[in-house]
Amino acid sequence: MSKFKLHDHILVPKHILLSDEEAEEVLKTLGVSKEQLPKIRADDPVAKEIGAKPGQIVKIIRESPTAGKSIAYRLVI
Amino acid sequence: MSEEKVEGEIEENASGENMDYDKIFEEFPLPMTVKEEIKNELVKINASEDVARKVVKKCYEVYLRNLMEPGEAAGIVAAQSIGEPGTQMTMRTFHYAGVAEIDVTLGLPRLIEILDVRKNPSTPMMTIRLTEEYAQDRSKAREVANRIEATYVLDIADIATDIRRMRILVSPDEKAMERKGLTLEDLKKKIEKGLKNVEVEESDGKIVVQVTEPSYKVLMDTLDKLKKLVLAGIKEIRRVIIRKEEGEYVLYTEGSNLKKVMKVKGVDASRTITNNIYEIYEVLGIEAARNAIIQEAINTLEEQGLEVNVRHIMLVADVMTADGELRQIGRHGVAGEKQSILARAAFEMTVNNLLDAAVRGDVDKLKGITENIIVGQPIKLGTGDVELVLKMGKL
Repeated sequence: MSKFKLHDHILVPKHILLSDEEAEEVLKTLGVSKEQLPKIRADDPVAKEIGAKPGQIVKIIRESPTAGKSIAYRLVI
Repeated sequence: MSEEKVEGEIEENASGENMDYDKIFEEFPLPMTVKEEIKNELVKINASEDVARKVVKKCYEVYLRNLMEPGEAAGIVAAQSIGEPGTQMTMRTFHYAGVAEIDVTLGLPRLIEILDVRKNPSTPMMTIRLTEEYAQDRSKAREVANRIEATYVLDIADIATDIRRMRILVSPDEKAMERKGLTLEDLKKKIEKGLKNVEVEESDGKIVVQVTEPSYKVLMDTLDKLKKLVLAGIKEIRRVIIRKEEGEYVLYTEGSNLKKVMKVKGVDASRTITNNIYEIYEVLGIEAARNAIIQEAINTLEEQGLEVNVRHIMLVADVMTADGELRQIGRHGVAGEKQSILARAAFEMTVNNLLDAAVRGDVDKLKGITENIIVGQPIKLGTGDVELVLKMGKL
């Protein structure tokens, strides 16, 4: 059996690590600074799985009961 | 709303065969579900590009009108929307055999548990789904259940102490052993491994545990240890119940240990959940915890016949998980971390908060809502959040 990935779990939404350019773009469209985003810890199991480092931004595609899909961002700390 | 008006125009230029409506939506950032709904309608009436654009534009206007306005007290609306139905919930810890004879805390006590992020909820419970191979066959499901359910020596054998010869006699019940899928050999090995300072021997279908040190205390300690020895399964899982649901066997457990259960052979880790939110946070991360909070809270309210819009609960879950770790709603979490002294003092432990602040010489900048209400100033909410600035040149 291949190793279980946390991303396969029904409760875990998709996490995508953004590149620096993408992160810049996101902050610009949202009009906020990095620190104003919600956080995710670098030792969060899913953050570890995608190899996120503090200071980077993670894009999260949530399955939302109201909007179908909603996109959220979290700053890795 | 504006559908009738639009419909009149369709007849004039109904030429929208195989139109790609997605392009129109690019200009209007609507949520996915709304987008899909409009698209389906457009396809149904076979709208031309012109009509489609008009429809989408109108819908977008309505959508914008219905959005929460800047400065609206979303948190207070959420608090009231959850709080009012909360008054109608059963106050008593109400144990109800919800799923197959397993006790689950329900009602207000459960809701409080969720919002307080208790590390050890009073009735932890897991829903374990199995991999294809195991989900269809009852005996195979039983096999997995045996691997999960904690089995103690007393479950499969009688224990007797022989004080005169300083030894403990374990006489296994064959039927119970067979049901648990254990052999005498397994039992002997487990006991040997789990106990110190003893000699374990097999004789006549029984297991003799001889204490090496001739002391009554050691004998009694060994007996206690033997009773607590887990022979198979996971310590935290006290009971497993197998039920058939939607064509597959599902295991329900009393007690919870997500991390270990996910590794058990035959368990479909991706569809296995627990009602212990803190455990989900530790094993699956903050986003999974957020989903779990929403689901658990909604289920608890719904079970009581109360209808609360998910949006309110989503807001609460967002606040609880915003810092990357689970924070409870209360004085050790969200409310206790407010920067304003007056706001904290207004919530709980007034004297302590004021005293500590005085000792430290803290300053309240009066930036929040609560503290401004206390001192009697206009609050920064709604229209109060707007300030007029005069541009000198424009006069």
